[in-house]
Amino acid sequence: MVDSSYYVGLSAVLFTLGVVGVVLRRNPLVVFMSIELMLNAANLALVAFGYRAGTFEGQTLVFFVMAVAAAEVAVGLAIIVVIFRARRRLSVDDLNLMRW
Amino acid sequence: MINAVAFGILAVIAIGSALGLIVKKNPIHGALFLVVNLGCVAAFYLMLGAEFLAAAQVIVYAGAIMVLFVFAIMVLIPGKEETGPDPRRRTRLIALPLGAFLFAQLVVMVIAGRTAPSRPAPPGSVEAIGRLLYTDYLFPFELTSVLLLAAMVGVLLLARRRA
Repeated sequence: MVDSSYYVGLSAVLFTLGVVGVVLRRNPLVVFMSIELMLNAANLALVAFGYRAGTFEGQTLVFFVMAVAAAEVAVGLAIIVVIFRARRRLSVDDLNLMRW
Repeated sequence: MINAVAFGILAVIAIGSALGLIVKKNPIHGALFLVVNLGCVAAFYLMLGAEFLAAAQVIVYAGAIMVLFVFAIMVLIPGKEETGPDPRRRTRLIALPLGAFLFAQLVVMVIAGRTAPSRPAPPGSVEAIGRLLYTDYLFPFELTSVLLLAAMVGVLLLARRRA
């Protein structure tokens, strides 16, 4: 049986890689996918903590995170497509206004 | 023993695919790496006894959300971005020490929180999660449906062609 703190440690690694991806990349789509990576790392930590505590509350929380992530992806991708339509190029450096 | 070996192999695949996502230039490759990563996380959920979440992970994340991503990448002409020299390369490379610092912090936290003994979750996860969702978490559950509706309306508004 693998101790649950190994899962938490793995989730820390994945979360850090997500943060590095968000800061390092120029393509907003890849930045967005890195955010998904971070959400997943947090989910993994939640499940591991729930496993350690022997309750299902952690898994229930992960369910909510998944629903919010789905909504976030739909809205975020729509915003990226609209920005691309207006600017004809795609780089996070171009995005300095809250409107287009 | 088998469990530990499976964990090791899956952890290597998960970290490798996460690295692939942030290193590969082509966003399509990044998306496929992310699918591999999400699949690994689903396997971890199974190993932690969260069968319902493993299924939801495969269906919602690796299925629906990643199809949306690949679709958006295809629409937005892949491979044309991030070519040529980066005018802000110096600033962007701050990510590496920043990431190392954050990772060190997280490692300290994980080691500090290690003392708690691990105890396996009781069986019957789907039923237990359903019961929690419709009793203690009923209000957040209903709020989630409102959130999804709001997201749907918002996306329709954004995708409308401007005259």
